[in-house]
Parts: sequence; C-alpha cells; structure tokens
Amino acid sequence: MRAGLGGVMDEELKNLKAELSKHGVFTTTFEELYNWGRKNSVWPLTFGLACCAIEMIATTMARYDLARFGAEVFRASPRQADLIIVSGTVTKKMAPQVVRLYNQMPEPKYVIAMGACAISGGPFRDGYNVLKGIDRYIPVDVHIPGCPPRPEALIDAFMTLQKKIDAQQLTGEDRPRHLKEDLPSEFPVPEYGEHDLEPPNNAEVWNPLKVIQK
Amino acid sequence: MRAEPITAEQVKAAIEAAVPGCRVQVLANASPSGQHSLILDHEHAAEAARFLRDDPTLRLDYCSNATGVDWLDSELSEKVKVKKLVDGAETEVEEVRKTKVPGYLEAVYHLYSVEKKHGPVIVRMRTGDRKEDVHLPSLTGVWRSAEFQEREIFDLYGVIFDGHPDLRRLLMWDEFKDYPMRKDYVPPADDDDLVGAERSGG
Repeated sequence: MRAGLGGVMDEELKNLKAELSKHGVFTTTFEELYNWGRKNSVWPLTFGLACCAIEMIATTMARYDLARFGAEVFRASPRQADLIIVSGTVTKKMAPQVVRLYNQMPEPKYVIAMGACAISGGPFRDGYNVLKGIDRYIPVDVHIPGCPPRPEALIDAFMTLQKKIDAQQLTGEDRPRHLKEDLPSEFPVPEYGEHDLEPPNNAEVWNPLKVIQK
Repeated sequence: MRAEPITAEQVKAAIEAAVPGCRVQVLANASPSGQHSLILDHEHAAEAARFLRDDPTLRLDYCSNATGVDWLDSELSEKVKVKKLVDGAETEVEEVRKTKVPGYLEAVYHLYSVEKKHGPVIVRMRTGDRKEDVHLPSLTGVWRSAEFQEREIFDLYGVIFDGHPDLRRLLMWDEFKDYPMRKDYVPPADDDDLVGAERSGG
C-alpha cells in the first residue's frame, strides 16, 4: 500500500520493482491490483438519449469493439453499472431521471458526458426544454466534445477514464470521493418548477468557468 | 390521370352549402405555392370538418399535421389621402393612419385525402385574443391524428381545445406554467449565458 510513503520511497519502490522484474520476480501493490481490476471492468449503463447514443452503440460493436477495454457489458440496471454515459441532449423533463439513475448506481461510479449537448446543451442550448449541461447536477469525470463525437473519441474518453481510475489512491487525502465517507454519493434530484427546474443547478457540483471582464 | 386540384374557393362554397350558417373565409397565400387556406368559425368548425372528411368528392380523410401560430398585437399603418385646410386653401395631404390589430392564436390543420389522392386543404381557426379568449373547438373527434398535435399546441401556445378527450401538456411537465413557443416567452435567466445576460462578479 502507498500509505505513508513519500515521493522518494515511491521512486525507490519503482526502481526496485523494475530491478526485480528483470530477474523474473513480479511484484505489485494492492492499490495497483485493485485499480487494474477496476479499470478493466467498467460496466456502463444501458442508457442513451439521442444521436450520440447511436455512436455509443457503434463503439460497442465489432468494428470499434469496446470489449477490448472490458466495457462491453452494458447493464440494464443502474444497480449493476459503474459508468453512466450521458449520450445526447438532456431535456429538462429528462434531467431528474438522469440524476435518479446516477443516484441508484453503487459506488464507485463514473460519468462520461458525451457530445456537445451533454456538456453544454450544444446546438439546442437556447431551447426552452434543454438542460445546459448535465454537470449542473452530477459530477462529470470526462467531457467529450463533438456533435456527435466519433467512436474513437468515446474510446479516447474511456481510456482517459481508465487512466483516472488507475491513478486513484486508496488512502490519504487525495483518495477519490467514494472512499471519503463525508462526501455524498447521491445528489439532489431537481424538481419540476413552474418556470424551470428547481433548483436550476446544484451549486455543490457545478463549477462554471468565470468570465473575467477587464 | 390525376384530377384537377380543388381550389380553396370551391371548398369554401361546398362547406357553406353543406353546413348552413358556417362562415368560411379564404386567406390568400401570395407566394408561388399559392396554398390558400380557409378560416372556420368556432361554432360550425367541427361540423364543417366532418363534412370535409365525409364528403364523397373531398374525402379529406387524413389530417397530416396540426400546428399553432402566435400572432402578436400589431400596428397596421396605411397611407391615406385626406383633404385638409392648409392656409385657407383645401389641399390633399397624405396621412399615415395607424390601426391597432389585436393579437390572437391560431391553429392550422393540413388535410389530405388518401382515398382521392389530393390535398392539402389548409384549415385555420383563430382565438379571440392571446390572454382570456384562447378557446378553440377540438377537431380530434373528426381526425384522431389531431389528438397529440392539439395537445402540443396547448402545451406550447396555450390554446385550449374544447372537447379534446385528454388535454394535458405533452412536451413540458404538468407543473410548467408558461407557453414556450409564444413570441413573448422569456426563458428563465441563466447565469452561465455569456451573451446578453449580466454576469455577477464579472
């Protein structure tokens, strides 16, 4: 385990591992083994919203073959899923259901916001019923731009997520959300209001870029 | 051989002959397509619609589309020549006369005949205004395909269709109070909008 080890020790361990592997001795850590297992069996939720979902389906098929990354098992229940790919326009009417599905997934869970609509509302941003990005309600791990993004882009996002999982430390201050007991695993489901969703965003999750005017 | 297209005037005459008391107004379309439409009055609309559907020569058995239109209050200005006394002498002066046209909501139905292979015949109905008198008779009883489309018009424009079997919101949620396709609809303010909106702390 990595707990209590400083950067110098990390470096020394790495050198030791490399030296041992030259002599045919394989060493690993619990953390590496745990993350290696997790990152290669991320099961996404069977969940599509619009045209991006078609690209997502194509990604799972033989030509692009997401199975190479251990993510071909799309689960039809959020209780069995590790990843929700928000693939398409999220309407305001659909947004509470997306948040509810996310809440029903067990930890550790991840979110990929796929395409212009899921990350910002996209070309429909000014529509009367379009949510301007799912990151207003749930924490997004990887954003993919594109309209729709090609399967290669989704694979790239998936590999980015794998790298993120691989780098997660199981102990210490930098450990991920699901290992911090005081951090939430569920997020408030927005209510249907008279003019908009209530609240229009979750301030604890949503950190928009600030425009600084000089 | 295909039959000659039926003109709006012919349809108007046929309706007025078949439905006594029905007031049909032809709304001319000046564009090259020349798709003139018929404005029906509220009291006889359902009866006229049933005639359009069942008449053996018209047989408009298919309502392909129903949609709404929002017409805001507008001002009509026309130049009028008026005789006026200018310096003791009577002279003709051009004046711009402005008349206020109150706004209204409109439902437009596109009708075709699958049996006779003709159409479209375009039928319109107009509400009294945009606030209180927003009722129109439902044509769902005549063309079942109008059911969801009338619900959509109700949802987005706020037209209330009397006699509709299930008039609920279709695209927006039930608690929603506004009518988003009306021209004076203002979407909720969003502090992430970079264009137009005032940004706090900028």
